[in-house]
Amino acid sequence: MNILVCISHVPDTTSKINFIEANTVFESRDVQYVINPNDEFGLTRAIWFKEKLGAQVHIIHVGTPKSDPTLRKCLAIGADKAFRINTPALDGVSVAQELAAFVKSNPYDLIIAGRESIDYNGAMVPGMLAALLDIPFVPNCVGLDIDGTTAVAEREIDGGREKLKGSLPMVIGCQKGLVEESDLRIPNMRGIMQARQKPFEIVPPQEAIAATQDVKFEKPAEKAEVKLVPAEDLDQLIDLLHKEANVL
Amino acid sequence: MSVLIIVESENKLLKRNAAEVASYGVAFAEKLNISCAALAFHATNANELGQYGVAKVIHVSNVSTHFDANAYANAIHGFASQNNVTHIIMGSSADAKFIAPLLAAKLNAGYAPNVIALPDELSPITVKRTAFTNKAFVHTQLLTACTVIGVGNNAFGVIENPVTCTVKEVDAENSDSNLEQVAIEKTTGKATIADADVVVSGGRGLKGPENWHLIEELAEVLDAATACSKPVSDMGWRSHDEHVGQTGKPVSTNLYIAIGISGAIQHLAGVNSSKVKVVINNDPDAPFFKAADYGVVGDAFEVVPKLTQKLKAFKALA
Ligand SMILES: Cc1cc2nc3c(=O)[nH]c(=O)nc-3n(C[C@H](O)[C@H](O)[C@H](O)COP(=O)(O)OP(=O)(O)OC[C@H]3O[C@@H](n4cnc5c(N)ncnc54)[C@H](O)[C@@H]3O)c2cc1C
Ligand SMILES: Nc1ncnc2c1ncn2[C@@H]1O[C@H](COP(=O)(O)O)[C@@H](O)[C@H]1O
Repeated sequence: MNILVCISHVPDTTSKINFIEANTVFESRDVQYVINPNDEFGLTRAIWFKEKLGAQVHIIHVGTPKSDPTLRKCLAIGADKAFRINTPALDGVSVAQELAAFVKSNPYDLIIAGRESIDYNGAMVPGMLAALLDIPFVPNCVGLDIDGTTAVAEREIDGGREKLKGSLPMVIGCQKGLVEESDLRIPNMRGIMQARQKPFEIVPPQEAIAATQDVKFEKPAEKAEVKLVPAEDLDQLIDLLHKEANVL
Repeated sequence: MSVLIIVESENKLLKRNAAEVASYGVAFAEKLNISCAALAFHATNANELGQYGVAKVIHVSNVSTHFDANAYANAIHGFASQNNVTHIIMGSSADAKFIAPLLAAKLNAGYAPNVIALPDELSPITVKRTAFTNKAFVHTQLLTACTVIGVGNNAFGVIENPVTCTVKEVDAENSDSNLEQVAIEKTTGKATIADADVVVSGGRGLKGPENWHLIEELAEVLDAATACSKPVSDMGWRSHDEHVGQTGKPVSTNLYIAIGISGAIQHLAGVNSSKVKVVINNDPDAPFFKAADYGVVGDAFEVVPKLTQKLKAFKALA
């Protein structure tokens, strides 16, 4: 079985978010980039399939050489081969088109992506990819079992879960729950050394056209000082929530 | 050119967020000066959208009664392409976010999720939306002729604007489903994080799962959904689907009450877009107070039961 894991490379969760050039560009200086947390859950599950079922695990990323350390880390964790489609990730549509073109000429049994990337929170690449390939898609995936040619994938819905069955190939958009935090792997020395020998292919882009463009950023307005209410006077809190905040 | 508003239903009735999505769609169409209609699947009360300015509803009932993303996306796509629909307005539920990218790919449309306001420019259409998990906003231009816009929960609000509403039954082209529903589990009768107006959330400060009745009782009085911080779900005190934050569910309710939660940046990122935040914490230096509107410095084990009692009395009078 061949599994492709789509990796997006995002600012670490503790990053301060700032903008430059009159708020038109994200300030990436001093920002630590990491594997998108949702993708790391997916990669971990893929490596589990590799160990249990002998699957081959490839990773793919649409982006510039700046992402290479993130991709090397995926190899160190256990992926067998990396592909980078060599073009900046412009928007969800163009990334999905680049990925779809790649998969059309390099078929996989299962394509694992993250629920969303934590920078632009688009949650669009995996669904668009599935639609472009005309194969099933399960988002918010928290459970996955594969049986030969079919997969049963569980997705989180508002207030519950739904189990869906479909034939492979399939795209899933996964999140925590597919594996737990304690299952995540930290690359060890051996993994890091091995990663240097693993194949890393640079793929020429299709030059897909973006459908959207981010033109300006804004930071939320500074919050007014919190109003503290003494613990002995909760009536005051109820009064404030009722009359001032209008939420009761 | 026209606007199509996709509203969701459950158990044959419109979902709560239909009012907000409809309000946005109607205002959006007005701003562009083009016509609009709403499309609903299996909603017996679809005519109630008239309350929010929708004069025309397309009602589809010849598709699967349970939500089937691919079939629903095909049905919407078929209708949209035959009726010169150029802008599709949807919500931000798990189901809406399932359909939207499928639909955008089929329609060759640009898709902007988590939109919080009407377009600030019309050519090209430019919308403001949340990004970096609520740590910032971005203005996104949609460069395609056809667009899909996902409206954030509780971002735009509901606008009452009663008009006469006609519901037209339309048959969708039938399409094969590529997924079979094997099972569905749903907590019934309880507000969900996505749907609720109020969320009551507990953190590690509650010491253990045996104390969660404090959260549940407060939530019950407020008709609120319950939520928790990540360590609480990691330790298995609460189920994973209650975990909110940057790596969990986003919360954008009118009122978010955080109890025994320190306010780490990853937690705040997921709840920042809630309108009013109340923090109860025994440490006056807890970072959450900086992000809160109202705060009580005190022991949750004393404050919460008292607050629940007082709210009960308040609600009884109201
Ligand atoms: C990659 C990554 C992603 C993450 N994503 C998320 C996420 O999505 N969501 C999330 O929540 N966290 C996330 N975290 C974890 C986050 O950094 C914090 O560790 C977590 O939010 C802390 O949870 P807490 O506030 O419940 O616990 P603590 O930080 O332990 O805080 C407990 C609080 O309770 C208070 N307290 C103690 N006793 C009482 C009492 N009797 N009465 C009142 N108050 C009391 C304390 O003063 C303290 O402020 C993430 C971390 C990483 C590294
Ligand atoms: N540039 C990219 N290259 C490869 N995969 C990506 C890229 N951007 C997003 N993805 C995948 O799509 C998922 C959802 O991302 P997004 O649609 O940007 O929220 C991510 O978790 C990745 O698995």
